[in-house]
Amino acid sequence: MQVVWLSSSLALRDLQAFILHSCSMQMDPKLKKTKDSSSNSANSPDSTHSSFPFPDEVLERVLSLLHSHKDRSSVSLVCKDWYNAERWTRTKLFIGNCYSVSPEIVARRFPRIKSVTLKGKPRFSDFNLVPQYWGADVHSWLVMFAKVYPFLEELRLKRMTLSDESLKFLATSFPGFKALSLLSCDGFSTDGLKAIATHCKNLTELDIQENGIDDFGGGWLSSFSENCSSLEVLNFASLSSDVSFDALEKLVRRCKSLRILKVNKSISLDQLQQLLVHAPQLIELGTGSFQQELTPWQYEDLETAFSNCKNLQALSGLWEATSLHLPVLYAACASLTFLNLSYAALQSGELAKLVAHSPNLRRLWVLDTVGDKGLEAVGSSCPLLEELRVFPADPYELDLHHGVTEAGFLAVSHGCRKLHYVLYFCRQMTNAAVATIVLNCPDFTHFRLCIMNPGEPDYLTNEPMDEAFGAVVKTCTNLRRLAVSGLLTDLTFKYIGKYAKNLETLSVAFAGSSDRGMQCVLQGCPKLRKLEIRDSPFGNAALLSGVEKYETMRSLWMSACNVTMSACRLLAKDMPRLNVEVMRDEGSDDRQADKVYVYRSVAGPRRDAPPFVLSL
Amino acid sequence: MAHENELNLKATELRLGLPGTDESEDMVSIAKNNKRASPESVEDSGSKANSAAKSGDHETSSASKAQIVGWPPVRSYRKNNLQSKKAESESGMYVKVSMDGAPYLRKVDLKVYNGYPELLMALENMFKLSIGEYSEREGYEGSEYAPAYEDKDGDLMLVGDVPWDMFMSSCKRLRIMRGSEAKGLGCAV
Repeated sequence: MQVVWLSSSLALRDLQAFILHSCSMQMDPKLKKTKDSSSNSANSPDSTHSSFPFPDEVLERVLSLLHSHKDRSSVSLVCKDWYNAERWTRTKLFIGNCYSVSPEIVARRFPRIKSVTLKGKPRFSDFNLVPQYWGADVHSWLVMFAKVYPFLEELRLKRMTLSDESLKFLATSFPGFKALSLLSCDGFSTDGLKAIATHCKNLTELDIQENGIDDFGGGWLSSFSENCSSLEVLNFASLSSDVSFDALEKLVRRCKSLRILKVNKSISLDQLQQLLVHAPQLIELGTGSFQQELTPWQYEDLETAFSNCKNLQALSGLWEATSLHLPVLYAACASLTFLNLSYAALQSGELAKLVAHSPNLRRLWVLDTVGDKGLEAVGSSCPLLEELRVFPADPYELDLHHGVTEAGFLAVSHGCRKLHYVLYFCRQMTNAAVATIVLNCPDFTHFRLCIMNPGEPDYLTNEPMDEAFGAVVKTCTNLRRLAVSGLLTDLTFKYIGKYAKNLETLSVAFAGSSDRGMQCVLQGCPKLRKLEIRDSPFGNAALLSGVEKYETMRSLWMSACNVTMSACRLLAKDMPRLNVEVMRDEGSDDRQADKVYVYRSVAGPRRDAPPFVLSL
Repeated sequence: MAHENELNLKATELRLGLPGTDESEDMVSIAKNNKRASPESVEDSGSKANSAAKSGDHETSSASKAQIVGWPPVRSYRKNNLQSKKAESESGMYVKVSMDGAPYLRKVDLKVYNGYPELLMALENMFKLSIGEYSEREGYEGSEYAPAYEDKDGDLMLVGDVPWDMFMSSCKRLRIMRGSEAKGLGCAV
């Protein structure tokens, strides 16, 4: 028998090569058929000759070094021994759709989970397309976790519903609980946060972002015990009410390991200065309100405080920042890699000066108040830029003279050749501009362009924007995520189906001419996982053409398209492992399926569906 | 489908028509989307037709624009943040202006002005007086009037010393002082 000593410095790549080599030595040909890389498969493969030359302990030791859940899923499909070794060594659970599996199934398979990431509602719920009380309640999961994973340490929720009772239950059921992250969740209030602060004695992370939360005041922050000194991450930027500055200051002072601090608007500039003095080790900072009359001494103190933050990599907040106070940041800008100005309505000159001091920026988020001129400055000052997001300051403004145009995007693409992630809201675009942009930056992995007027053509030629997105998919072979907009015919989707071979997520709105468009995408994109479509003329033929595809995907969303109930029922009947759910708009025809949500699941139809969700 | 492009074209279109013909009808009918213009909104926009096209657009557009649910795709939290900012910026920043010896006060909207010169000119017009040139050393030389304001702390300050933005956020009311009192205020400290 061979014994292999594995050094912990073994590179992950080598490790994976080792495992895959062993996999290929004994892969059961029957198993190769399953391309399903979902981590939620409850089917254990048939046992085969397991002539793996190493003892179980070695296998488990090796597998415990694997962290990616995708790799773990692949590994678990090799044979029964590997499946078991994997399930015993998995400590991090990632569930991309909470309804694709049930708490019971998860509990049976994985005995030793310490960290859970759970995602719930379809993404379009962020834009009010999903009614309240739709579901994705975390409580039944928490009850199971309390039984099976009493040593749970981390919980990260996205688009889930949770009540204050659930938060209280969480706070009191897991003595070793360390990290809570809530993004785009709803159903709870600051009372729930109070419970967390009060009971979680070893809390290292409290990250509350952009939730539908009832804010009953900032008293929750004062509920941290005076012994609590373990916080490393505290983000309450999206809460509106005042917190006790005294409590906050004391908390920051005693949490020496604090590396991420994002405060809310109620914290003023001079208060911020006092906090920074206690926490110069911060790596990420979210400021409070950035507008206040300061005496020259206060201004200087603030400047000094920022220049003492030598490790600052990310900066956000900056509400109401103006040219008056932005200069205090200049000293800290040199080390910044992420600058989030999406809540500061800066003008072009203000942004230009700021980015001139920030040559190391990799990620930049701005409001379109900076205009094309501001983006030109970005192009010249930030050669290392990899990600740009431009949000609309006034999404409902029709006037073309506001915001950014194709010129700004072009300018950035000329200067920032490493750009690979873009989210760009604009009111006008041309095919030619996009073609040039992707020639400059062929490495796009995420291309999300939102021309804000639905069905807007190329404003110079009046043609559809098909060629723009055609250029994107032809040139950017690594493209994983695409959001299209503007006037688009089926040609766009033909291009996508033909060229976007690595595409995983596609968002479509007000686009396409016929079923053919959607069919091209479903037939042509082998790695497609999430498809979300609204207000587009795709009907039953399109829906049903993907019958075999949907089980390889996480989900499909279609709203305000041309799909009928009968087609949905047909889909549900043919594919028992798909959940087909329909929501109807008020006053619409009984035959229309206004909102359709299709997703694969091993848990069967939802048992908690509200009356307005029809599970077919 | 009507695009904004058409809106702009219509605005510059040459037409035969009696002077004073209401443009508002066109603006409302062009205004995007499915909602048909009701007679009331035509009246409304008529009165706004004289003000800057922008604000007129805003009135009609917020009335007749059928805001498509969830479009543009901006998350609620971000939208709410921006909307409150907009509400603040639209409400205007009216401050009282008193002039020594005048029987009643006036009010001005500070947001309307881009800087001190515009504000002072407006005050000169409003009260039919001349204020003179600002200098850091002498204050407002060459005039028996000095524009002053009351700041957040209740102190009486000379207009013009601090940057415009700072002035806007700290000015609670304006006072046009005259005579010997004014001279005292004009001395640099």
